[in-house]
Amino acid sequence: MASSPPVSRRLICEDCDTVYRVRELRVGEIARCTRCGAILERPRRFGLDALAALVAAALIVFVQGNIWPVVSIGLNGQQNSTTLWGMITIMWADHSQIVAVITAVTLFFFPLSNMLIVAWLLFFARRGRRAPGFRALMLAMYYLGPWTMSEVFVLGALVAMVKAKAYFDVTPDAGIYAYALLTIFITVFAGIDLRYLWDSVPENKT
Amino acid sequence: MTRLPRAADLGLIACHVCSLVCRDTGLQDAACPRCGSALQRRKPASFSRTWALLIAAFIVYIPANLLPIMRTVSLGDVDDNTILSGVLELWDKDSEGLAIIVFSASIVVPMLKFLALVTLLICAQRGTSWAQPQRARLYRLIELIGHWSMLDVFVVALLTALVRFNVLSSVEPLPGVVFFGLTVILTMFASLSFDPRLTWDTKETHA
Repeated sequence: MASSPPVSRRLICEDCDTVYRVRELRVGEIARCTRCGAILERPRRFGLDALAALVAAALIVFVQGNIWPVVSIGLNGQQNSTTLWGMITIMWADHSQIVAVITAVTLFFFPLSNMLIVAWLLFFARRGRRAPGFRALMLAMYYLGPWTMSEVFVLGALVAMVKAKAYFDVTPDAGIYAYALLTIFITVFAGIDLRYLWDSVPENKT
Repeated sequence: MTRLPRAADLGLIACHVCSLVCRDTGLQDAACPRCGSALQRRKPASFSRTWALLIAAFIVYIPANLLPIMRTVSLGDVDDNTILSGVLELWDKDSEGLAIIVFSASIVVPMLKFLALVTLLICAQRGTSWAQPQRARLYRLIELIGHWSMLDVFVVALLTALVRFNVLSSVEPLPGVVFFGLTVILTMFASLSFDPRLTWDTKETHA
């Protein structure tokens, strides 16, 4: 494939292809496209250290959310509880393999890969270097982006608890609180475009 | 208002993946020098891909709504629920707020996605400049809310895993939930394959 020469100091709106000159944003400013209203650039509220701390915290609650049971229900003294993986394996065994795969991918593999990639990239970026596999991982992060659904799962668990409450004694377990926290971290991350790492971390001299 | 230049006017092209701005060499197989992705002025075959995925999504959406998604068995008493009957049940059990949330996620959001994408596709294919800012906003809205439709799929999965009291009470997933999950996945692929830049590719050059 032929390579095209890059052009500096220009910014193109992703939603409508309007070309802008790059301008430094002041604190609290958001650059919006005057044609279509899309956000062109947000100020970076978090430095690399703060981002690394965020992703570490997100990974910890993710592990907790996955090893602890999410919800327990009781009926006549019998108690049942489940974890996220319990849910996935039961859907697989109950003739809903497609649902098991969707659940495993959107609630486990993609969010986990995404967080590990971010952690790996930041670990090296903080040392002013590009991580091994930088290019492939930046691409993977772009393609995985839309497929994390942990926040939907939290709402789903809430709905399931209310539905079960009509017939059973329902107790939310530690896992669901970890997931609720994870949702907050994911929301914070959704507002951060890590593509700036392309610019801010120099290519390694080989 | 001065006319805002677009990438094609200036002979520029932005990488869809890493957003690097490059000079458009006019070559068909140009690659982004930074991330290596293919440089494309527009997403490839955006209209036909989006239509195909949207039609496929609509086909699976029919059994997703007609077939039951979940079976509740308690002491031999069998009760099958569809998406809509699940919402009605929540409403009857005095959880109106939650009923509205589930109704929005499972019924309003998929319908909105179908209608919005059809509108965006038809308008862009006709090259009309009608309501362009609103169409741009509509696209961003469906990108933002699209995945919330997966709500009911997770509810069924969680209830199936929880309600396992042998003959006393149990919940099983039914085929409707599989079709519903597929609908959500297909509509997400459809909106990802739509190129929002097409909304602004009008036939007449506006002043």
